[in-house]
Amino acid sequence: MMQVRKIHVSTTVNGEPREFLCEPGQVLSDALRNNLEMTGTKEGCTTGDCGACSVLLDDALVCSCLVLAAEAEGRRVATIEGVAQDGRLHPIQQQLLEHAGLQCGICTPGVVVAAKALLEENPDPSEEEVRFWLAGNLCRCTGYDKIILAVLAAASEIRGA
Amino acid sequence: MSLVQYSAPSTLAEALQALAGGAANRPLAGGTDLLVQVKLGLRDPQHIVDLKRIPELTALTLDDNGLRLGAAVPGAIVTTNREIARIYPGFTEALGLIGSSQVQGRCSAGGNLCNASPAADCVPALIVNRATCHIAGLGGERTVAAEDFTTGPGTHCLEDGEILVSLELPRPAPRTADAYLRMIPRTEMDIAIVGAGVALTLDESGVCTDARVAIGAVAPTALLVPGAAAALIGTTLDEDSLRNAGYAASGAAVPITDKRGTADYRRKVVGVLVRRAAAIARSRIEQPT
Ligand SMILES: Cc1cc2nc3c(=O)[nH]c(=O)nc-3n(C[C@H](O)[C@H](O)[C@H](O)COP(=O)(O)OP(=O)(O)OC[C@H]3O[C@@H](n4cnc5c(N)ncnc54)[C@H](O)[C@@H]3O)c2cc1C
Ligand code: FES
Ligand code: FES
Repeated sequence: MMQVRKIHVSTTVNGEPREFLCEPGQVLSDALRNNLEMTGTKEGCTTGDCGACSVLLDDALVCSCLVLAAEAEGRRVATIEGVAQDGRLHPIQQQLLEHAGLQCGICTPGVVVAAKALLEENPDPSEEEVRFWLAGNLCRCTGYDKIILAVLAAASEIRGA
Repeated sequence: MSLVQYSAPSTLAEALQALAGGAANRPLAGGTDLLVQVKLGLRDPQHIVDLKRIPELTALTLDDNGLRLGAAVPGAIVTTNREIARIYPGFTEALGLIGSSQVQGRCSAGGNLCNASPAADCVPALIVNRATCHIAGLGGERTVAAEDFTTGPGTHCLEDGEILVSLELPRPAPRTADAYLRMIPRTEMDIAIVGAGVALTLDESGVCTDARVAIGAVAPTALLVPGAAAALIGTTLDEDSLRNAGYAASGAAVPITDKRGTADYRRKVVGVLVRRAAAIARSRIEQPT
């Protein structure tokens, strides 16, 4: 077998310049968790089905389990760790707490990242639009209703603010 | 996994050089098929060549000639473009049906074609839009019609080392519209067991002067069905004509039975979807948005 050379990646994570060394076949979710020790991003399926690994890559919502870590070179990554500002929860996070929209919490970082991306594009989504947008965020605990209600409540809170 | 190299060339020429030397070198667009297949052990590339830093692969232009779509442009960029959605509503729908919001951030029409799944949602919609595939290799460039690109489940007309650069959808004639419908066993996030694309042109009196019908997931590749188009052309798209187009599509289908649907079911449903997609395309012409 040919020798595997590690790849040096310079990227920006939540606005901060970051560097790491990765294997060519390593995916971004793994590099975030194990190389950068940012374990907020979760891995459920690792095949693009569950959305637990959702991050933004250059503003596009993606599954970080289906992005090679090396692809992050020169690009911007936004993770759950960047959502709360100055120790204050984002309205989506606060409303998830108030609506009991999480139990085990594995899906929650992905839900927050995905819902935030939705509300930045569409501040006043219908319930159907929220459900459709979050169809790729699987939750095995809550039964979804509380998540959807929390996102709708956060949307109206942000619009009111 | 024997993946030993990742590269992200910034020109087409460099990418073609990097891919020369056999099937162990694999192009990467959005990775929503390729990286899943690598993880599941279905593919074992040694060198992944990321195409997303090549301008031709990520460009998108829409003008009087039509849409020129770089093969690696992600779904979300296309489906959020209102002009594209207005001119090619069926193609936009087909691309937008792929996966979740997260998958849309990455999945490309080019990757959908090159993965060559019989159920690939974009492909019938590309076929009815008379899309041309622009292909580059070390030996030069060539073009292939969308209906001739895929050759079987998982196989296509590209030689090892060739790259699908872009897809060109000509500007539709006046009073033309397309539609795409699929049947999935679940309500979201599933693979089609039947897909149907239709594009129609009507004259001012409502007579259909041109039609294209293509079906997916009911044969080894998506199929253009001239017999279904012939059943529509020259008619006012009355119930009988729509039904005849459906029968022609069912007759052209050669589906398989698997855990997701029987062959008989797929054959019947493809006729229903062709009829419904034609009715949607007609209503789009009569009541443009
Ligand atoms: C959760 C999930 C849901 C999905 N749902 C659907 C669905 O509903 N309908 C559907 O049709 N598909 C679905 N897919 C499959 C996949 O998302 C699509 O086929 C997508 O369009 C692939 O595009 P990509 O850019 O990610 O391709 P990639 O994975 O990057 O590439 C696909 C294949 O084509 C090759 N390739 C890519 N680009 C080129 C090029 N320009 N030239 C030559 N070769 C190239 C690659 O080497 C690879 O073999 C789903 C996938 C996931 C993970
Ligand atoms: S871990 Fe990425 S989608 Fe499930
Ligand atoms: S809270 Fe457990 S998976 Fe959603």
